[in-house]
Amino acid sequence: MAEASPGARARPLSPHLQVWRWHVTLAASILHRFTGMALYVGLLMLAGWALALASGAAAYDRYMGLLASIPGKIVLFCMTVALFFHLANGLRHLAWDVGKGFAPRTADVTAWAALVFGLVAAVVVWIVAPMSGGL
Amino acid sequence: MVELLLPRNSKVGKGRHHPAPAGAKRVKTFSVYRWDPEGAGNPVWDRYDVDVDACGPMVLDVLIHIKNSMDSTLTFRRSCREGVCGSCAMNVGGRNTLACTHGWQDVPGKDVRVSPLPSQPVVKDLVVDLSLFYAQYASIEPWLHTTTPQPQGEWLQTEQDRAKLDGLYECILCACCSTACPSYWWNGDRYLGPATLLQARRWLVDSRDEATGERLDALEDPFKLYRCHTIMNCAQVCPKGLNPAEAIAGVKSMLVERVT
Repeated sequence: MAEASPGARARPLSPHLQVWRWHVTLAASILHRFTGMALYVGLLMLAGWALALASGAAAYDRYMGLLASIPGKIVLFCMTVALFFHLANGLRHLAWDVGKGFAPRTADVTAWAALVFGLVAAVVVWIVAPMSGGL
Repeated sequence: MVELLLPRNSKVGKGRHHPAPAGAKRVKTFSVYRWDPEGAGNPVWDRYDVDVDACGPMVLDVLIHIKNSMDSTLTFRRSCREGVCGSCAMNVGGRNTLACTHGWQDVPGKDVRVSPLPSQPVVKDLVVDLSLFYAQYASIEPWLHTTTPQPQGEWLQTEQDRAKLDGLYECILCACCSTACPSYWWNGDRYLGPATLLQARRWLVDSRDEATGERLDALEDPFKLYRCHTIMNCAQVCPKGLNPAEAIAGVKSMLVERVT
């Protein structure tokens, strides 16, 4: 850093997130991280399910009752969205790793596609699952 | 470190309002970041109601108009006024750009907000201290490294090899991309940032350079190179239409290729 002249007061930091105009690729990037973290929690929930299964019928019923409650279903739906978005966005990262998909327009389109896919695929699963008796 | 909020001394308050001159027909409001090292208090947004019929089409034209006829204390850097020197890089309407080549009519929103390049120490108003940015550029040793004796004339290369530098050599080091990058905001002290890495790529692919291995060694670091998470802000804001994200991916592939 260039030294400030003696006696001058400390330099402020220029605004960053406070002024930045959001963009879909920025949103997709931060959501990739958030959904990744959410899926760790999802993994714990899956482990909890296996644990309940091993602990006998009563524990399993209690656990499933928890998941089937309205808050449980909301969490599970969010997990489904997170899973499908993370999957789709992971494919974008794979493409980037081989040097493809960097044109700004392409990156915009694939970011939107990943977001839409995450939502649509989750909704489809939640329509199909009750019909097939999976819920 | 990720710091979503500004430090206490950097929070931007409300500033002065400079009304348009009487008789102005078309008025546009510009909110401009102000901070005076010799003044007191935090930075502020000064609002200027500009008579846009009195100035040219670019954001820089407006800033010069403000300085000439509304408020001579406004401080900013500018030189070539044609997108070659990179001096007037700043944040306009939430995106980094060159004020001289960005039309104020192309800025979305009612008012035009003009602030310094993001997440940098402010020297005064729209001028930031880019010492770290330049030091990072110097750290990649941006010149030709050779071991073979100097030829009688020039170092020659084929047209095909020369073409590999397209999309890299055009960088004017305005710092729009680096200061647009959240990874650089949070880890600017250790991550080299898009501009420096694009330049690194420029020397890595130069057929005349004979230090490719050493250059790659220097970049193989969890922070210097691998903090790029393809957020893509760099490619969106580059005023020369370059793609640092793609150049960084190119460097990463070179590192993979040399061990496979």
